[in-house]
Amino acid sequence: MSDLVIAGRTFRSRLIVGTGKYPSHAIMRAAHEASGTDMVTVAVRRVDITRKSESLLDYIDTSKIFLLANTAACYTAADAIRTAHLGREAGMSNWVKLEVIGDEQTLFPDNEGLLEATRVLVKDGFVVLPYTNDDPVMCRKLADAGAAAVMPLGAPIGSGLGIQNPNNIRIIREQAKVPVIVDAGVGTASDATVAMELGADGVLMNTAIAGAQDPVAMARAMRLAVEAGRIAYLAGRIPKKSYATASSPLQGVVGS
Amino acid sequence: MTIRLNGDAYPVPGPLSVTELLARLDIDPRRVAVELNLAVVKKPAYDASLIKDGDEVEIVNFVGGG
Repeated sequence: MSDLVIAGRTFRSRLIVGTGKYPSHAIMRAAHEASGTDMVTVAVRRVDITRKSESLLDYIDTSKIFLLANTAACYTAADAIRTAHLGREAGMSNWVKLEVIGDEQTLFPDNEGLLEATRVLVKDGFVVLPYTNDDPVMCRKLADAGAAAVMPLGAPIGSGLGIQNPNNIRIIREQAKVPVIVDAGVGTASDATVAMELGADGVLMNTAIAGAQDPVAMARAMRLAVEAGRIAYLAGRIPKKSYATASSPLQGVVGS
Repeated sequence: MTIRLNGDAYPVPGPLSVTELLARLDIDPRRVAVELNLAVVKKPAYDASLIKDGDEVEIVNFVGGG
C-alpha cells in the first residue's frame, strides 16, 4: 500500500488523528500509538498564565508524529490567518489545517472566508489544508487557489453520522488534482472504510476515537478500517447488480 | 507599567523584553508563539523585542484539538 504524499511530504499512515477530548493525555498517547498515525492536529490557544498545566507536547513524540495546527473556532478569514501565523511560530511548521467556520450549530465552513484565507496563506508561504464542505466545485476552487489538499467533511464535526454524501466524496476524488482527506463526521470504523473505499486519500478524525468508550481500541479499529478501505479501493470492487449471479458451477449438479 | 496580556491587564516592571516576560511567567519559549501589538514576534527576535507600557501581548501554545 503506497504512502500518502501531501506537498511533497510522505506519511506512512492515511489516518490523521486529533488531540482533543481524550479522557487523559496518557490515553491520547496510547490511542495515537494504536492508530499508527504520523500526523496529529492541534489547536492554538492562549497560554493559561494563572496556573502551570502539563503540556500537550509532552505526550506527542514529535520525532515520529507531525503536528498540524488548526484554526478551529475562527469565524472570519482574518482570525484564521492570524491564528495560522501564530501556529506557524509555535510549531515552526508552515502547515495549517484551515478552518473558517460559518455557523455555530453545524460548524459548517464559511466558503467565502475559507477561499479568501486560503489565497492569503498560500501567498504567505503556508501549506494549506482547508476543511471544506463536501462540494466538488468548492474543492476545485480551493485547489486552484493553491490548497495542498482538500478536506471535505463527511458529516458535521463530532456528529458521528458517517459519510452523508458518498457520491459527492467520490466526485471530489475523481476531479481533484490534490489529495482528498475526509475530515469530520466519522462515528465508527465502517465509516472510515466507506470514505477510503470511495477513493479518499486519507481520513481525519478526533471525536470518533477520543469519545469512544475505549479510545485505544477504537484507534486500532480505525487503523485497520482505513487500511481495509484503501486496499479495497485499490483492489477494485465488483459492479453492483440487481439480480444474483451464481458463484458455483451450473454444470454437474447432482440429480440433473 | 501595565500591559494587556492575553486580553487582561497585567502589571510588570518594565520595559522588558519578550525573553524576560516569558522567564517571569515561567514559560518555555520553544513551545509558544508571541504576538506583540498584533504582530507575531519571531523567536530569534525575543531578546531584542521590548514590551512597553500599554502594549498588547498574546502568548499562545498548542492544546488538544481536531
